Amino acid sequence: MRNKVGIFIGCVLILLWCLLPVAWIISLSFKSQAAITNGSPGFFPASGDGAGWSNYSDVLANDQFRRAILNSIGISLIATVLSVIIATLAAYAIARLEFKGKKFVLTMALAIAMFPVVSLVGPLFDMWRTIGLYDTWPGLIIPYMSFTLPLAIWTLSAFFREIPWELEQAAQVDGATSWQAFRRVIVPLAAPGVFTAAILTFFFAWNDFVFGISLTSTESARPIPAALTFFVGADPFNRPASLLAAGAVVSTIPIIFIVLIFQRKIVAGLTSGAVKG
Amino acid sequence: MAAIDIKHIVKKYDDGFPAVNDVSIDVADGEFMILVGPSGCGKSTLLRMIVGLEDITSGEMVIGDRVVNDLAPRERNLAMVFQNYALYPHLTVYDNIAFPLRLAKADEATVDEKVRAASKTLELDEHLDRKPANLSGGQRQRVAMGRAIVRDADAFLFDEPLSNLDAKLRGQMRSEIARLQKKLGITTVYVTHDQIEAMTLGDRVAVLKRGILQQLATPRELYSNPGNLFVAGFIGSPPMNFLPAKVEGTSVELPFGTVEIPADKAEKAAGHGLLIAGIRPEAFEDASVVEESKKRSGSTFKATVEVVEWLGSEAFAYIPFEAPPEVQKQLQQLERDLDGESLRTQLVISLDGSSMVAAGDEAEIWVDTTKMHLFDPSTGENLTIDHEHAGRVTPVAESAPQEG
Repeated sequence: MRNKVGIFIGCVLILLWCLLPVAWIISLSFKSQAAITNGSPGFFPASGDGAGWSNYSDVLANDQFRRAILNSIGISLIATVLSVIIATLAAYAIARLEFKGKKFVLTMALAIAMFPVVSLVGPLFDMWRTIGLYDTWPGLIIPYMSFTLPLAIWTLSAFFREIPWELEQAAQVDGATSWQAFRRVIVPLAAPGVFTAAILTFFFAWNDFVFGISLTSTESARPIPAALTFFVGADPFNRPASLLAAGAVVSTIPIIFIVLIFQRKIVAGLTSGAVKG
Repeated sequence: MAAIDIKHIVKKYDDGFPAVNDVSIDVADGEFMILVGPSGCGKSTLLRMIVGLEDITSGEMVIGDRVVNDLAPRERNLAMVFQNYALYPHLTVYDNIAFPLRLAKADEATVDEKVRAASKTLELDEHLDRKPANLSGGQRQRVAMGRAIVRDADAFLFDEPLSNLDAKLRGQMRSEIARLQKKLGITTVYVTHDQIEAMTLGDRVAVLKRGILQQLATPRELYSNPGNLFVAGFIGSPPMNFLPAKVEGTSVELPFGTVEIPADKAEKAAGHGLLIAGIRPEAFEDASVVEESKKRSGSTFKATVEVVEWLGSEAFAYIPFEAPPEVQKQLQQLERDLDGESLRTQLVISLDGSSMVAAGDEAEIWVDTTKMHLFDPSTGENLTIDHEHAGRVTPVAESAPQEG
């Protein structure tokens, strides 16, 4: 009993610690611009300071913001899908095949994942301008993929190694080609790993700021985190904080949505029953 | 349906170790062939070469009238049951059984009809919508068999299918497999390390040791005419007794006394010096319960019984003896080959349930010397073998164990 109380208190503390900034942003997003300029310290808007949903409707009415949301969703989803497909194939090869330089591939992948993002921005900026990828969707998708692939490959190859090899052999004896065995038996079983990799990739792409701000110049490819910094309003000395807050809240919604969808697919113990344990 | 002809198959791994060495086995159409041997004898490798999951180094694998050496598993039209079942955990029992049919692009009506027929045969009807994770070991085993019988495969291959089941279920599934095979009349190759499965299921049994075929014969032939010490020790439970023996004329000197053997056996064993005598436990009997008429076909000797295990219908008595070093060494090597522990040398004899012999007694034991085998201790060859009733025995020179 005492133990349970302790766990409860601990959970509440951690939740407060994590969610307080989020709650504060939400609180800000419901206050009027005037109230923030005058200073409005309360968590709930004082009487007359509340803005209702007007900040949200203003944000969503903004063309620049809508375009940024579209960019972010498009770029992140394409990067995620491509990255997961390539990582699945690569991880399968690494888990199942013996080939020269396997260790080298894995080590390099890890090294790339540890590479500081910011050090690549300069060279990429120059390269992209020369070959015409600057300020385009592919210009962001490619670096996102190269940074998320290593992690995805590592996660997935761990999953593939857990799948009993007999399943694939059984499928081949049952009349499947290697590709059919992979698609109809191995991939469904690796689904938890695939979705884990997908979530990680999507996070990285959605939250990226450095590439987003450096490799874009117009609305044609600028993602949300970068776009929010251009959200200055009419008066550069008086930033529309409540609008920004509303924008921040709106930009978090897709990621919560995606995580909720994907985590249902991450069911542990999917392979149980395949073989006698 | 097809015969499987294994011709001089060799499997060498990268390090040059021959896991299977020049094995030739002809499996007739509809025959139930057993590959048996202790772990590491190459039986599973051989099976995997038949099905195509393992490359063949040299030799020819013929299924029906096709050489299949270079065909992929899916092109060989064989069905296999894996040791750990290898069921697809994301599919229901129905979909598991339907999997090979759907790969073959059968229409749904045919699939349904065949799956229902298979599930009826295997009594899986009430489990069709369940996932493998929710099934018991025996049920999973039946699903794995369902996946095999649903296709019109040329042959069934079983890789130790019962080794994961408990003893009672194993007995039931064993008769189930035998019944199914007789009913379908399909060529079957079955790998096991359990000699009881080998004896009860097989039309013929191939005994392997370290990649080399030792003897290929019916269970009865293997039991009564083992080709060498290894086969003799492997087949039968409790195993055959091995005793040091000296042959002089028609009398054989054993650690417990001298017994008389038939003249033809004595002739074959003459001039070899120290031999190993192999006598099955049931060739012995308490002399007091043996009928007079039968007594004359054997000899009796006196020995002190150390332990008696009375099982009701029969009893096992244990009699320790000393073996000379040259025989001892050979018996220890044999014990290692059989995956056994090197225990002290003792005689295990099977007595009638009515025998009153108790531990510590000095009993008079009768032995049926017509059932005695004599082995050459250096080569392990059975000198008294009846070649007409021994199937195919690999000659000693080739079956000798390779050291290192």
